[in-house]
Amino acid sequence: MSGITRAEVAHLAHLARLRLAEEEIDHFAGQLDVILQSVASVSQIATQDITPTSHPLPLVNVTRADVVVPGLSHAEALAAAPAVEDGRFRVPRILDEE
Amino acid sequence: MSSAHNHVTTTVSFDEALTRYDPVIGLEVHVELGTASKMFCACSTEFGAPPNTQVCPVCLALPGAMPVINAKAVESIIRMGLALHCSIATWCRMARKNYFYPDMPKNFQISQYDEPICTDGWLDVLVPNEDGSTELVRVEIERVHLEEDTGKLTHAGGATGRIHGADYSLVDYNRAGIPLVEIVTKPITGTAALAPAVAKAYVAELRDIMRDLGVSDVKMEEGSLRCDANLSLNIPGDAWGTRTETKNVNSLRSVERAVRSEIERQAAVLDKGGVIRQETRHFHEDTGVTTPGRSKEEAEDYRYFPEPDLVPIAPDPAWVEKLRASIPQQPSLRRAGLATAWGISAFDMESLVNAGVLALVEAAVADGVAPDTARKWWAGELLRQANDRGVPPQELAVTGADILRVDELIATGALNDQLARQVFDGVLLGEGSVDDVVAARGLGVVTDETELLAAIDQALADQPEVAEKIRAGKIAAAGAIVGGVMKATRGRADASRVRELILSRCEVSG
Repeated sequence: MSGITRAEVAHLAHLARLRLAEEEIDHFAGQLDVILQSVASVSQIATQDITPTSHPLPLVNVTRADVVVPGLSHAEALAAAPAVEDGRFRVPRILDEE
Repeated sequence: MSSAHNHVTTTVSFDEALTRYDPVIGLEVHVELGTASKMFCACSTEFGAPPNTQVCPVCLALPGAMPVINAKAVESIIRMGLALHCSIATWCRMARKNYFYPDMPKNFQISQYDEPICTDGWLDVLVPNEDGSTELVRVEIERVHLEEDTGKLTHAGGATGRIHGADYSLVDYNRAGIPLVEIVTKPITGTAALAPAVAKAYVAELRDIMRDLGVSDVKMEEGSLRCDANLSLNIPGDAWGTRTETKNVNSLRSVERAVRSEIERQAAVLDKGGVIRQETRHFHEDTGVTTPGRSKEEAEDYRYFPEPDLVPIAPDPAWVEKLRASIPQQPSLRRAGLATAWGISAFDMESLVNAGVLALVEAAVADGVAPDTARKWWAGELLRQANDRGVPPQELAVTGADILRVDELIATGALNDQLARQVFDGVLLGEGSVDDVVAARGLGVVTDETELLAAIDQALADQPEVAEKIRAGKIAAAGAIVGGVMKATRGRADASRVRELILSRCEVSG
């Protein structure tokens, strides 16, 4: 059985700004199903007497030293942007007209 | 969008408002930490770089990028918490604050929610009364937590460059991910007419503490310290009123003005039987008033949850105690102590602070210079020299030993203040030690009275009318002759001795 529909995958892809081919939609629908089922099986075990876990590893204080390492070049940073202006990411109007 | 009546701001006077209402204030201050790299990635935090040149997959939220906590940021916030007398958590987590807005490319901000790293502190601030005295007010701190700053939006199109009416927006993510500390006070009550001054003094004290700790450059004009001011009014004895949150308060003066104008505005609304809407308001530097922004009637749901990409922060208590031992005394209290020790007024101390020379005066005093002498030179001639050279005073290559030597030479009469200025000028130009400059420039005071008398006679001969006036008893006219002698000796004379000599030369008594 498939808990997730093709339409839902297409919608998620749109929200994530991913362009999926028709056959990829089926492919990812199957994968997402597996993930959803895994989560569902966890929630069967996670009863009231189990303390919520925020991280699977029993670690604390994983940090890095305060050292600068160059990141992406300006061109690399903007390479995947749908629209660019003045060296910046151009985004659609934020507030709708009322 | 907003109805017209929101923009009609009738106010009652501040003093009048306080006869009927008690203000309750709350302050949220954001401080950008002065780390070299960002909170969760190794990008530079340098201010003023071209847009999107200090970014990487982590702060641009590219798929698969993982955050790693900057150790220095954790140390910095713990030191801040300790300076604010907070309890430091032994275990806490970062949290995701989910919201959809292009200033954060992840669609969430990594912040802290119900497990802030520092809680329950306090800060005593000295607040000036109108009569010039000061009052100590304790501001309780609710929490100090760690988060990341957001990107910078520029709104394009539309008339005002504001988000309303904009056609589209441009985003620079250089600032996104810079470590940010949020300091939230508990509600501050009972301050009455002092409320605006308390708000200002608190932010100023925070700024000084951050600077002393070296955790931030706290430049309000560059946005590394920002303040939001909450305010409500209530009739004395009644429950607290509805509060508004004023954003965009970006200078110390504005903090005071924003609280003041919001007290006046709310009082006018309440006087007319109106209700205060719970909303965000914007402060306008130019007009000094606040205007309505987003309504907060419906609380936003940020769907906070523990950040799954980071493990908890668990500061070792022994390390925290080590950090505690390194926290300097609170700036205002330390300054008050110094003012007492040096026998100067709070006003004089404030002018040293404002001139940026307090640390230099302290250093000179530590080198054995008398406090008055150290103050005289650093707040006077040396500050002027720094301004003339366009450098901050701490960059002047003058040591306490130089000031000591100049002071010694003045005490023995070998130099006067005028000559000492030239000596400092020479020292600053790298002409050598104080004694080297005095010798090389020939700056000793002329003690040979024959030379002085010759100069006096010449000056009297040059200005015969003045000489006549003095001889007729108008001794005030002697100033012009003193000036002539000082000029002739290039300032190398003791002016009061010259004056005596002039009067005796003209056979009148002073």
